[in-house]
Amino acid sequence: MSDSVPSSNVTTNNLAPTGSLPPTEHNHPDAPLGAPARVVVKSWKAPIAFAVFAIGAILLFVAFGRDGDSTFPLSTDSDLIQLPAVVLPTRATGIVIAVLLVLLAAVSAWMVASARKIPLWFMAVFAVLFLIGFLTWASAGQSIPIPGLLIGTVSLSVPLIFGALGGVISERVGVVNVAIEGQLLAGAFVSAVVASVTGNPFVGLIGAVVAGGLVSFVLAAFSIKYLVDQVIVGVVLNVLVTGLTSFLYSQVLTNNATVLNSPPRFDRLPIPLLSEIPIIGPTLFRQTIVVYFMYIAVALVFWGLFKTKWGLRVRAVGEHPQAADTVGIKVNPTRFWNVMLAGAITGLGGAYFTLGSVGAFNKEMTAGAGYIALAAVIFGRWDPIRATLAALLFGFASNLQYVLGAIGSPVPSEFLLMLPYVVTIFAVAGLVGRVRGPAAAGRPYVSS
Amino acid sequence: MSDENQTPVAPAAASAAPAAAPATPPLEVEPPSRWRVTFNEIIGGSVMISVLAVVLAMVAGGILIAVTDPDVQKAAGYFFARPGDTFVEIWKSVSGAYVALFQGSVFNPTRPDFVAQIKPITETLTFATPLIAAGLGVGLAFRVGMFNIGGRGQMLIAAACAGWVGFTLHLPWGIHMIVAVLAGLIGGGIWGGIAGLLKARTGAHEVIVTIMLNYVAFYLVSFLLRTPILQAPGSNNPKSPPIDSTAVFPDLLGPQFNLHFGFIFVIAATVFVWWLLNRSSLGFKFRAVGINPNAARVAGIDVKNMYVYAMLISGALVGLAGVAQVLGTVQTGFSSGIDAGIGFDAITVALLGRSKPWGIFIAGILFGALKAGGFAMQASQGIPIDIVLVVQSLIVLFIAAPPLVRTVFRLPDPANPKKPKTRTATPASTTTGEAVTAK
Repeated sequence: MSDSVPSSNVTTNNLAPTGSLPPTEHNHPDAPLGAPARVVVKSWKAPIAFAVFAIGAILLFVAFGRDGDSTFPLSTDSDLIQLPAVVLPTRATGIVIAVLLVLLAAVSAWMVASARKIPLWFMAVFAVLFLIGFLTWASAGQSIPIPGLLIGTVSLSVPLIFGALGGVISERVGVVNVAIEGQLLAGAFVSAVVASVTGNPFVGLIGAVVAGGLVSFVLAAFSIKYLVDQVIVGVVLNVLVTGLTSFLYSQVLTNNATVLNSPPRFDRLPIPLLSEIPIIGPTLFRQTIVVYFMYIAVALVFWGLFKTKWGLRVRAVGEHPQAADTVGIKVNPTRFWNVMLAGAITGLGGAYFTLGSVGAFNKEMTAGAGYIALAAVIFGRWDPIRATLAALLFGFASNLQYVLGAIGSPVPSEFLLMLPYVVTIFAVAGLVGRVRGPAAAGRPYVSS
Repeated sequence: MSDENQTPVAPAAASAAPAAAPATPPLEVEPPSRWRVTFNEIIGGSVMISVLAVVLAMVAGGILIAVTDPDVQKAAGYFFARPGDTFVEIWKSVSGAYVALFQGSVFNPTRPDFVAQIKPITETLTFATPLIAAGLGVGLAFRVGMFNIGGRGQMLIAAACAGWVGFTLHLPWGIHMIVAVLAGLIGGGIWGGIAGLLKARTGAHEVIVTIMLNYVAFYLVSFLLRTPILQAPGSNNPKSPPIDSTAVFPDLLGPQFNLHFGFIFVIAATVFVWWLLNRSSLGFKFRAVGINPNAARVAGIDVKNMYVYAMLISGALVGLAGVAQVLGTVQTGFSSGIDAGIGFDAITVALLGRSKPWGIFIAGILFGALKAGGFAMQASQGIPIDIVLVVQSLIVLFIAAPPLVRTVFRLPDPANPKKPKTRTATPASTTTGEAVTAK
């Protein structure tokens, strides 16, 4: 099959166009091929997952329930419209929520038994209820400021979302992007240096775009021109960028920190009316300009991918490069430019580390955010909006741990830190299950 | 080493390389001996490319060292007045760095006695021990078509299990060590097996699961290090007590060297993986699944079980790296940083070794040398050890892209001198063909 297929044998050519390609991480051999659309598969995974969480809720909220009141302030002091804080009696709330969760789990079991599909909002309601229960339980006798929780979530999610967007574009066009970590780190490093030297954070932002694009250029060159396995290039690029930035940091930046590594930071830029909306305003509209760029980027990538000619081409190249080639789309140039674009977007996320949140560049300051972004891409099923939501989930979970750590939670901090990752495993195993990525992702295309 | 040798022989190798798949030797009537095959590989293809890739990466590293050296920058400031100074400074910084690298990793003639002189090479092997073990694990998963990024978590869990056995149980000499090693292997295997099981049963992507399990393991071990289970009694630091002397790996070459018995385990593991992949029925199934899971399923192989077994074994091998760290390299008790980034280094080791057991063995020793030499370089020349990461990753990049190396050194393409694109386009076709003929 790997040799040139005779031109008469058109049908086999269509059915098995990629016979000789190396296995990569996006092979899904167990996915049923061409299953009839009518068949409803009864999957008990979701009810089982719900049941596990419901039992957990009963144990935690009822059996190990705590007494006292949990306070949730909804406004910060600087808000125009002051909302009263919500005060919940901890034990009673826990019991109510545990009962509700058990009911929801039972309903989901009934839905599966009668061969219905469990809608997404059902899962969302379950998750939100569980979360409220957990927050109430953890903050017995204390208060958790809701705006602070959400603001921190957004700022921790920004690099993840940029990275996830870059990952989505790159994988949609057919190049697996494991190098998100490297692109973030390169963006962070270059933006810090450029902004420090020029004294202008906007120039630093451009530097980050260029840096992310450059890392992507190497990824594209090796995987498209030299046909190296894309996962390999991605992993190696991460190591390369880590080594390079750490080396330059130790060798050059630490000696000239005032000149090279003291970037000016973006100020918070409240949007006049919107920033006064209770809860939403402080969370979404009192952020730095990088965050506003992020909103635009998410919308643009979604609209572009699914509503424009560009997006159609990108998806065609990623799903079936041969077909795309047949209708005149230049497959490899399309891949090349879009991988560069993905790197540029990811680079912006890197700039957020240095120009938005932390300040000076530090060794390995991305700390695995790129890998989390990669998980968000897969978790979000290669869809920009869902990937953004997944990234927000990760951001929320890491922020939750800071907030609960600050009020002195009853759970050892390590378990709180572990929580987002455990939840992700459960979610990926129980709810997301077998995901199907772009069909040609990871496979180089060579026109014959 | 021999550009004169390389160029004329390459065309002969060119005809040999594609012919390897159908197993019909091109010129000789008798089947090519193993030595002959190796020879062809050295001259024509991958080994020469590997050597040149290392050279290229070292050159790139040298440029980086020279450019960032403050003395070089100072001399370059008056380059047009006295250009010689700049070159002298470049020579000083780069040669100083690489001499230190060599003296730190292979042989140091400046030291007074022989034992001290050859100590660097044993340091290299000590650093190589966990790298090889973890590289074998990652490489095995690669061969089954899976990407095990979870080396960190598997190492941590294995280290915790082996360490716990090492300082809690009190068994006689020898047995204690074996029990500790087994505990570590089981721990690492289970941690890897979770990812395999979830992939097989629920379809969860192993990349996500292994990344997440890294964090879970890190926080789990961090937590246990604060509880009496792992924490040294009477201590406030999150650190375990030292391992019992009955469980530690004995020194291989006497107490003046750090090289420990773990290296023997690693050699055994390499032989085991070689046997598993190339001689056992399970290994054949592994490779079949790795090359084409759909074909493997049609052929009656239980693909899902293969995923579970592969991740179990992969996790156990990576676990051996954690065991070697705890029982061999750091015997005085461990903290949650015991993995020392080896889980990620192992990915590059496996890639450099092309996922073949002996290739990984050699790659691990090379990276061990870079690590040992890197520390010496940092100590004596003040060059940050991170340069080693740069050189490592460049080596892998160059090796992964032979056309690039050939372009740089203007070598002919052994596969197809006339149309380079079509041949390199289908590297997998030979492996597919091999699988078909093997059946």
